[in-house]
Amino acid sequence: MRRWAGVCAVVVVVAGCGGGSGTGAAGAEGDDLGGTLTVLAASSLTESFTTLGKRFERAHPGTRVQLSFAASSELASQVTAGAPADVFASASPETMRQVVDAGAVEGRPAVFARNRLEVAVPAGNPGDVTGLADLARPELRVALCAPEVPCGAAAEKVFAAADVEPAPDTFEADVKAALTKVTLGEVDAALVYRTDVRAAGSDVEGIEFAEAAEAVNDYPVAVLRDAPNRAAARAFVAMVRSEEGLAVLSRAGFERP
Amino acid sequence: MTRDGRASSRDDRPSGLPSALLPLAALGLLFLMLPVAGLVVRAPWSTLPDLLTRPESLDALRLSLLCATLATLVCLVLGVPLAWLLARARFRGRAVVRALVMVPLVLPPVVGGVALFTAFGRRGIVGRPLDDWVGVSLPFTTPAVVLAEAFVAMPFLVIAVEGALRGADRRYEDAAATLGASSWYTFRRVTLPLVLPGLAAGAVLCWARALGEFGATITFAGNFPGTTRTMPVEVYLALQRDPEAAIALSLVLLLVSVAVLAALRERWLGVST
Repeated sequence: MRRWAGVCAVVVVVAGCGGGSGTGAAGAEGDDLGGTLTVLAASSLTESFTTLGKRFERAHPGTRVQLSFAASSELASQVTAGAPADVFASASPETMRQVVDAGAVEGRPAVFARNRLEVAVPAGNPGDVTGLADLARPELRVALCAPEVPCGAAAEKVFAAADVEPAPDTFEADVKAALTKVTLGEVDAALVYRTDVRAAGSDVEGIEFAEAAEAVNDYPVAVLRDAPNRAAARAFVAMVRSEEGLAVLSRAGFERP
Repeated sequence: MTRDGRASSRDDRPSGLPSALLPLAALGLLFLMLPVAGLVVRAPWSTLPDLLTRPESLDALRLSLLCATLATLVCLVLGVPLAWLLARARFRGRAVVRALVMVPLVLPPVVGGVALFTAFGRRGIVGRPLDDWVGVSLPFTTPAVVLAEAFVAMPFLVIAVEGALRGADRRYEDAAATLGASSWYTFRRVTLPLVLPGLAAGAVLCWARALGEFGATITFAGNFPGTTRTMPVEVYLALQRDPEAAIALSLVLLLVSVAVLAALRERWLGVST
């Protein structure tokens, strides 16, 4: 219920901005961009896209970047339901494919980053977790992403590759929710993206494991077909894929495509 | 439903109704019903029986009904005395206490879930000693679902019961006291029966809110099939992979709750005359 309220709020905000950006875009048919650019991005992109959004605003004065972060699958349903956004950056090609199949994307999505899973534990590692196999210990509190969201699908892949039967206590609706439980110390371990571990700072320690290579996530980005601010959308995607964008992304823990 | 004396004498009297209110009332009803109608239209009716009989859906439904009912009981046990305190006791800072009771209403439910962690989580104020000394850890268990739902739903009960207590005629209580009844006896035999309709309305609101609770539940209790995956959580996850199934599941929740409320209402009205 709350999520729907959130969706509605985004829709209202976006619709409100749409009017403004219409006039802005009309005046910006040439090189200079303007108006509001609405970017829907996977939760794991929160830090890097916030940075990129600020840089984009600085590079194009008069343009306002409106970022909305959520589980990719949720964003995909927003897009297919007609939320008027300009750019969609997903944490998985499968989720992007839903949007492409719905005919909501302009051109072809481009992979701009890759991410892999890590075991996240609270600072001090109270559960003495050393690797993926520990997530099968029943006495530990373990959070995994639900299989419906990309990080959960990736988790299933690495467990299959490692032949580990995990013993989770909860299936989280998105990767940040799983991370929050680690940050609060309410679980002993969670399987999240490396970028999330890095973003969490000193509250969270990351443990790498070899099987993570079996489920490296591609992150595709695309300009949406009904983008109200197409020119800015294209410029933003170009920036994400530029050397500058890649540098920001790799600082956040992403790998190059 | 409103054939009995008390209800019809009070409620079914359109004569004094200002006609200007009617279109607005109709608009209000339309506003509330249109989205539901949208769900009904979009629902995949052919697959509904399948979805209904899936063990996961049944588990989630059973858990939802159980937890919402338990949460309502918790709210009744703790909320009625609280409402009584707010309505009857005179003390400094009553306005502040009343405002504090409303906090769960304005708190975004997810924040409510995090707040519950800080109180009852493994590192929480109460949760840490509970975990260290008794070895009980609440998060990610069915009791955590009840707790989260009660936290979010209790203000509804308190507001309704407090309102009823304020509206109740205190002369009956005074008379009981004059006749020698103890304050506890008066509360049980005079005050409570007086505010029963308000109490029932509050309990219904509370139960309905608990049944639909999502944010605090998924945060504090997590999501695990059978123990913490309630219907709203199931619906939310279904939305990620199969929006049609999500619509069907929410309709099931809707139908069951309307059926339960209708049945209870019949009962209450029958009893209360």
